[in-house]
Order: sequence, then structure tokens, then C-alpha cells
Amino acid sequence: MAGKGIGKRRTLLPYLLLLPSLVVLGMFVFYPFVRNIVLSLTMTDVAGNVVKFVGFRNFERLFGNKTFLNSLQVSFRFAVMVGVPTFVLGFVLALAAAEQKRGSRIYETMYTMPLVIAAAPASAIWYMVFSSTGGMLNYLTGLNHPWLSDPSTAIWCVAAVTVWANLGINIIFLLTGFRNVPQELIESAKIDGAGYLVRVRKIIVPLASPQIFFVVFYNIVTSFQTFAQVRLLTDGGPYYSTNVLIFQIYKEAFYNSRFYNACAMSVILFLIIFIITRVQFFFENKGVHY
Amino acid sequence: MNVKTKKRMLETLSFALKLLAGLVVVFPLIYGLCLSFMGMADIMANPPVLISENMTLANYEYALRRVPMLTYFKNTLIVCFIEVAAQILTSSLAAYAFTFFEFKGRKFLFAAVTASLMIPYESTLICNYLTICNMRLTDTYLGLTLPFLASGMSIFLMRQFYLTLPMELKEAATIDGCGDMRFLFNIAFPLSLPATCSLALYRFIDAYNQYFWPLLVTNRDDMRTLQIGTGILKDAEAANYGIVLAAAMIVIVPAVLFFIVGQKWLIKGMLAGAVKG
Repeated sequence: MAGKGIGKRRTLLPYLLLLPSLVVLGMFVFYPFVRNIVLSLTMTDVAGNVVKFVGFRNFERLFGNKTFLNSLQVSFRFAVMVGVPTFVLGFVLALAAAEQKRGSRIYETMYTMPLVIAAAPASAIWYMVFSSTGGMLNYLTGLNHPWLSDPSTAIWCVAAVTVWANLGINIIFLLTGFRNVPQELIESAKIDGAGYLVRVRKIIVPLASPQIFFVVFYNIVTSFQTFAQVRLLTDGGPYYSTNVLIFQIYKEAFYNSRFYNACAMSVILFLIIFIITRVQFFFENKGVHY
Repeated sequence: MNVKTKKRMLETLSFALKLLAGLVVVFPLIYGLCLSFMGMADIMANPPVLISENMTLANYEYALRRVPMLTYFKNTLIVCFIEVAAQILTSSLAAYAFTFFEFKGRKFLFAAVTASLMIPYESTLICNYLTICNMRLTDTYLGLTLPFLASGMSIFLMRQFYLTLPMELKEAATIDGCGDMRFLFNIAFPLSLPATCSLALYRFIDAYNQYFWPLLVTNRDDMRTLQIGTGILKDAEAANYGIVLAAAMIVIVPAVLFFIVGQKWLIKGMLAGAVKG
């Protein structure tokens, strides 16, 4: 990132140019981030003001709290329930759409369309799909099951909506990776008698590994950030079965006004996401093999 | 059957299968669209129906007339416009400074921008809410948009593009007596129009689809955005679900049209947005 600057004119101009961005980032990214950590080490009143400093007591209490531990567990399970199917479906559909030919734009657009559909209207529609009376899912499965009010299936419903919503972005990245594979390589493999699956495994997957890694980690991170679907489909229930960490944070802060607890949980959420992205960079820097 | 016709048939079959998969992906949208024209009896019909004799526009009429959908729409558009315009401006200015100027603290400030990408939105949400409350900005457009007037990602994206502009261009312009600001607005900015468009489309969809933040900072019905309005409607109108689906469609249709038209640029923005921190 060597600078392209010319000469060494001393001028205030670059600082002025940066000022608006730095003010916003300072006020709404760095300051709240630090304040969040500070608040997690204190007791706060219902307006979020510090009452006293308590050190790590909030964290100690959290790790003995059943609701919190449950939400942590739900979040990790949810990450797997979202991450695996999104990747598998995205991979298959991206492979299907990889070859550009007449009409391929049509299904490519269809595969990626959910990416512009917001969680609120999507949840409104899927709510009907899962509905116990007249719902599409019961009709298709021939069952008569209350999908959203059964604690063992509700989380799958939220996961299904999230998979659907994230599919588009997976396909976009995977398509970029697949289409970057030099056509000569594939042709010469064909001539050498390599079948389709062999070509996918030995050529396409290794060459598209940067994109593959990216979406795998992207899916995990976004699953920890899933909020709207939970709020609108199940409201964290039934019996806390869909009470993911971010939803528990929301309830602690904005229903119970226990900002100190919410901040402590936010710090934990941050650490989880931070560790995941560190792992991602570690793999990327190790040179996802070419 | 000769080899050629066999190949043609296989091609057609593969196309049909791929199209079928596409229909499965967009099926929920079609399902929602069909049901949005129905009364409760048809919506709850078992087995479910997609087409019924009694399809009407009543749900839409209700959604537009009784529920302030149009107000929600206006609010959403205002929020989108403010965020997109502000981010284009702030990130162009910042990117310009980072690419074309040498100044004290540049490395540090750029590292700070990069670091901001590592902080997820969720871990600033609570304190941002407290800040907006303290500033008494809840239920205002400013409160809705303030945290999103600049972003590390947008700066990164614009800088990425400015780096491709040849330095000689700036030097030549300077020699010809072109001032720094004139260079930005008359040369650098027009040249980066494609990147700017991608950024704008990406930011627009992002702002249009926001849910968490507007949920926190709006309480008055006339300040709600489309997403929040649809959510509230879903909780309130369970007895007449067609209205909820009509509202959902009112939110979805512009986004889908937008996607079909701006797909190429939007995708470019998304790909560029996934920079490594």
C-alpha cells in the first residue's frame, strides 16, 4: 500500500478530506466498541449509565447463567445448521450455473435473487410456508406438524429461511471462483479422459479454493449475526429453542434494560466472530493451495 | 438417434433441470405473491392453492390505505438516499486523501480504517443506541442514518479504485494548474463512476433492507421504515394474513426489479466489498 503522494507539500487538505469519515467512524464504530467493553465491566442503571465498576463479575455470572449458556449453544448449533446446507446448495447451484451459455442468465438470476429480499418480507412469506393450517410444508410432507411452535423444529425453520437468504451471495462468490478457472485446463483434462466429477474435484475446487474458504467463513459469521428472522418467526421461542446469542443480547438490553449484561454478551459475541475471522485469515495466508 | 441429436437433447434436459432448480429457489416469492391476492379462506385452504377464483386487490388496498405503507416507503427512500449520498461523498474524499496525498499519520489512519472493518456492527449496536438516545435523535432521520454516513468498507472500495488511476494524471493536472479539489470532482470522480455506481447500488440495497437499527431507534409509527412496518404488520394482522403478504410484496417487488436491472453492478459491488481486512 505504498502511497502515491506527490512531493511533501505540507497541507491540511488530506486531513480535511478524511475528517467526515473519521468523525463518523470514531463516534459510531470505535467509541461504542470501547464503551461496550467498559460497560461490560460495570453495573449500569436502566438508562445505561455506569453505577459502579465490578471487574469481570458480569462475565463470571454469565457463565453460570442457564439462559446465556443455552443461547451460546443454540448459536453454535445454528451456525452448523446454516453453514453446511448453504454451502452445499450454493456449491451445487453454482456448478450448475458455471458454464455461461444461452439462457444461463435466467437461472443464474433466479438462484441469486433471494439476496435482495430483506429478512422481514421473507419471514412473512416463510411464516405461511411453515404454518400449521394450510401451510405449504405440511402439504408437501403430508404431515400435520406445527413446525414453528415445536421446540425441536423451530430452529430448523429459522435456519431454512437463513439458508435461503444467504444462498445468493454464496453462489455469486463461488461462480466467480469457478469461472476464473482457465478453460484450457478443463479442456485438456477432458482430453486426458477426466470425467466431470474428477474435473470438479481435481481442478475446479482447488482453483476456486479462495472463494470456497470465503463463503464457508462468511456463512458461519453471518449465522451469528442472524436477528430479523428470529425476531419475526419465533421471537426466540418456543422454550428458548431459537434464542440465539444476538437475540438474547437484544432482549437483555431493550426489554430488560440490563445493559451491563447485554454488553458483556456483546463482548463474547465479538470474540467469537473475531476468532472465526482470525482462523479464516490464518488459512488464507497459509496460501489456500493453488 | 445420432450423436448430435442426443447431445441436443441432453442440453435441453440440463437446461430444464437448471430452470427447475431456479423455480424452486424463487418459489417462496411466487407463493407469497399468489397468496397476497387471496382472502383468509383461500390462504388457509388445505391443500394449498396458488390460484383461486376470488383473487382481489383488497389486501393491497388495505395495506396502502389503512396502514401507512406509503409513509414507510417515503421514510425508507429518504434513509436510503441520505446513506448512499453520504457514503459516496465521505468515502470518495477519504479515498482521495489516502491515495493521492502523503501526510503525517497516513499509515496510522489507514490502519484505523482497516481496523474498523474488524468490528462487527452487532458489537456497537447497544452503545450506538445509547448515544442516539442521549442526543435525543430517536424517531428522526438523523438518528436513523448517523451511524451509516461513512464506512470503512466503502472507503476501502473507493481507494481500491483510485489506486488504479495513474499517478501521472494527477501530476499532469497539477502542472496544468488544476487544483486538488478540482481534480477530485472533475477528473477522479467522473473516472470512478463505475465503481461509484457499484458502491451506490450495494449501499442502497443494504439501507433498504436494514432491520435491526431502525427497530431500535424508531417508536413513532410515522417514522418507521418499510421493513419495520412489515414486521409489525406480521405480528398485528395474523387474523388477515393476506394483508401481511401484500405488504411483503410491496417491499419485495421494487427490490426484485432493482436486482434484475442493476444485477451486474450490484454483484461487482458485493465482490469488491468482500475485501480482506
